[in-house]
Amino acid sequence: MSTEAFEQVTGVTAERTAHNGDADGLEHELFTINFGPHHPATHGVLRLIVTLEGEVVRELTPVIGYVHTGIEKSCEDKSYWKVIPLIERMDYLAYYFNALAFCMCVERLLDEDVPPRAQYLRVIHCELNRIHSHLVWLGTSALDLGAISIFWYCFRERDKILDLFEASSGQRMHTRYIQVGGVMEDIPARWDHKVLGFVNDMEQRVGQYEALLDRNEIFLQRTKGIGVVGRDRLLALGVTGPLLRAAGFPWDLRKVAPYSSYEQFDFKIPVGTEGDCYDRYRVRVAEMRQSCRIIRQAVEGLPDGPFITTNRKIALPPRHELATSMEALIHHFKLVTEGFRVPPGEAYLPIESPRGELGCFVVADGSAKPARVHMRDPSFVNLQALREMAVGGYIADLITNLAMLDPILGGIDR
Amino acid sequence: MPDATGLELIAHELRERIPGSVEDTRYQRESAALIVSPERVLDVLGWLAAEPAQRYHFLASLHAADYLPAEPRFAVHYELLNMQRVERLLVKAPLSDPGEPELPEIDSCVELFPTADLQEREAYDMFGIHFRGHPDLRRVLMPDDYGGYPQRRDFPLGGEPVLFTHNEHEVPRWFE
Amino acid sequence: MDIKREPGDLAIRQLRARDLLRGELEGADLEQFVEQRVLTTTLEKALNWARSNALWPATFGLACCAIEMMSMVTARYDTARFGAEVFRASPRQADMLILSGRVSIKMAPVIRRIYDQMLEPKWVIAMGACASSAGVFNNYALVAGADKFLPVDVHVPGCPPRPEALMHGILKLQRKVQGSPDAGWRERYRSTGTEEWPHPNAPQESQEPPSA
Repeated sequence: MSTEAFEQVTGVTAERTAHNGDADGLEHELFTINFGPHHPATHGVLRLIVTLEGEVVRELTPVIGYVHTGIEKSCEDKSYWKVIPLIERMDYLAYYFNALAFCMCVERLLDEDVPPRAQYLRVIHCELNRIHSHLVWLGTSALDLGAISIFWYCFRERDKILDLFEASSGQRMHTRYIQVGGVMEDIPARWDHKVLGFVNDMEQRVGQYEALLDRNEIFLQRTKGIGVVGRDRLLALGVTGPLLRAAGFPWDLRKVAPYSSYEQFDFKIPVGTEGDCYDRYRVRVAEMRQSCRIIRQAVEGLPDGPFITTNRKIALPPRHELATSMEALIHHFKLVTEGFRVPPGEAYLPIESPRGELGCFVVADGSAKPARVHMRDPSFVNLQALREMAVGGYIADLITNLAMLDPILGGIDR
Repeated sequence: MPDATGLELIAHELRERIPGSVEDTRYQRESAALIVSPERVLDVLGWLAAEPAQRYHFLASLHAADYLPAEPRFAVHYELLNMQRVERLLVKAPLSDPGEPELPEIDSCVELFPTADLQEREAYDMFGIHFRGHPDLRRVLMPDDYGGYPQRRDFPLGGEPVLFTHNEHEVPRWFE
Repeated sequence: MDIKREPGDLAIRQLRARDLLRGELEGADLEQFVEQRVLTTTLEKALNWARSNALWPATFGLACCAIEMMSMVTARYDTARFGAEVFRASPRQADMLILSGRVSIKMAPVIRRIYDQMLEPKWVIAMGACASSAGVFNNYALVAGADKFLPVDVHVPGCPPRPEALMHGILKLQRKVQGSPDAGWRERYRSTGTEEWPHPNAPQESQEPPSA
C-alpha cells in the first residue's frame, strides 16, 4: 500500500528516500538477511543481501555471478559463425537481439550491406521476440505479485510465438536464425499468414491482460508509487529501456538511431509519467501492442529478394550451386572449416532490446576468430538502479521492484 | 557520431585545455574515437560531460580489452553518448601491463558516472585493471577467492578435454 | 494387478455381490470374486507408485532451460497431470531437483547445499546439455555437468530441451522410481559426506569405497 495510507493507519513513518540512515536517533536493530541465489522470486540466480529494519529495507547489495558462463572468453576461441549460438545464450529471453547486435556489429566491421528482405525478416523476428520477452516478464512478475492466472495466459501466447519460431527456424529458443549478412533461411510458405493471424489474436489478448490488471485494486496498491527514481538519477546510473521510458524520457534506439529498416515503420514509443512500478508495467504492455503494429507493417510490406547477402565470402552459397560451381564449393569449404576473416578494427553497436540498450563490442584482428566480444547488457547496468528503488521501501516492495526491473541473470552474468 | 572534422575539433580543444591528454584520434566506419592517456582520462571525461557544446553526459558502456601481443596491452573504453544530438564518442585509454604481481591502474570515474560502478568491477574481475578511487573494487562475476583474471588473453580457456579415442586413456575419469 | 471385466454381465455381478454379502461364496468362487475387484501388491511397490506419481520439483531455474521448464508447467504441456505441478520453493518440501541451466563454479556449492537439504527419497534430473555435460560451453567458468558433484538420475539432452522432452525425462524417472528407487548406486558414486544428518546406508569411514 502507499506510504501515506500506511502511516495514517499505523502511525509509523517509513521514509522512501535513497541513502537512508538512522534518521531519528533511536536505537535500531538491523537485520541482515540473505535473499539467496535459490529463491522463487529472484528471476534467476540473483543473490541480494538485504539489511532490514523491521520491514523496511535499509541497505541492499546484489551479489551476482552465479550463472557466469564465460561466454565472452569462449567467443574468442570460435569463428564468427560459431559465436552466434554462444552469444544467443546470454540474455536468454531476447535471443534474437543478442544475435542481431553481434551480427550487425560484424557487418559493420565487414562493411557489408544486408538485403532489405533480410532486414524485414530480422525486424519481424525481433519484434516477436520482444513480445515473447514481455510476455514471460508479465507472467513471472504477476506470479510474484500473486496474480497467478496471468502466468498461464501469458505462457499460452508465448507458446504460439514459439510455434512461429519453430516453423521458421526449427528451434523454439536460441534459434541461430540471424546470421552475419542476413538470416539463416527464408520463411516457409504461409508463415506470414500465420504471423498475421497471431498478431490479430495478440492485440485482443493484450486487451485481456490489461483488463485483468490495469485497474485491479490489489495490483494498483502494490505498484503505484513504488520504486520511483528520478529521470536524471536513472540517466546517471546508465539505465535505459522501459525503466527510462516509464520515467518520462522517450529514449528508444529504434526511433532515435534507427537500424535494420526500423525507420520505415510507423510506431509509437509508450512513455510513462511518474516512473513508478505501475508505469513500468504499463509501458511494457503498451510496447507489446506497438510491436504488433510493427510486425503487421513488416509482414504486409515484406519485400522480395535474397534473405542473406550474396557475398559468397561471408554467406554460404545455396546447396544446389555446390553441384555445379567450383567457386561455390571452395567458398563453402573455406566458410565451414575456417570461417570468414574480418579486417582488423573494432566496433560498438547498440540496439534496443526488451530491457534497454544492448550493445555489442567486437575487436577484430584480421583472423577468422574475434579477438574480443563484449556485450553491454542492459540488465547488468539496470541492476544498479535496484538499490535506489528499493531502499526505504518495504520488503514486499522489493519484490515488486525486482519484478518490474526485469533482470535476466544470463545477461547480467554472461 | 561527430564526423571526422568534428572529432578533430574536439581533439584540438582538448589538447589546448588539458595538455597531454589526447594522444590520437581515430575515425573509422562513422565512429569517432579519442585515444587519451590514462592519467588524464578523468579530466577528459569531465570536460566532455560538462562542456555545453559537448554534453556527453551518458556513459553507455565501460569495458576493457586486451590487445596482447600489441603494446600497450590493455585499453579501457568509455562509450559516451550525447542524447540530445544522438552522437556517440569513444574515449579509449591504453594501459600497459606493469607485470606480475602489480596491476595496471587507472582512475575510477564512479563519481562522474555512477553507472560505472558495476562495470569497473567487471573490468577488474576479468582483466585485473585496478580503478583508483573505486569505493568497493572486488570481484563481481567470479567467486571472491578466484585466482587470475579470466579474460586476459594469456589466461587459458579452461574446461574439460574432449575425450576421443586417441586421448581417452591419458585423461583420468572422474571416478579414478 | 488385473481387473477382468465381463461386459454386459451386470446382472450376474450384482447377484454375486449379493452372494458375498450373504456369506455364500466359498473357496475358488470367493478367490475369483476378490481377485476381480481388489488390487494387491507389496508395500514397497505401492509406496514407489505413490512417490513416482507425486514428484514435487524444487524450483531450480538457473538459465534458459528454466524458461522451458516453466512452460512445461503451463497449460499446453501440463505436468500437473503427472503429479509434478507443485513446485515447492523450500527444498525440504520437495523431492525432485530439476537442474535447469548451466552450473557455474560459483553456484555449484549452493546447489550441493540445497541437494543436501532435501529429504530422502530424492531424485535429480539434469535438464539440458549444460547440466548434463558442459553443453555448448567448455570453459573455466562452468562445472562440466552436474554429475560431478551430485548423483543425477536422469539426463535430458537438448539446448534447451523441448518441454515434451523434459516430460519424457520425468516419466522415465517415474518408471525408474517404480522399478527400484535406490539400487545402491549413490553409495558407489561416493556422493555422501555433505549431508546434515548422515545417511543410514552411507559407507563407514573404515570401509574402502568400492572401485568402479
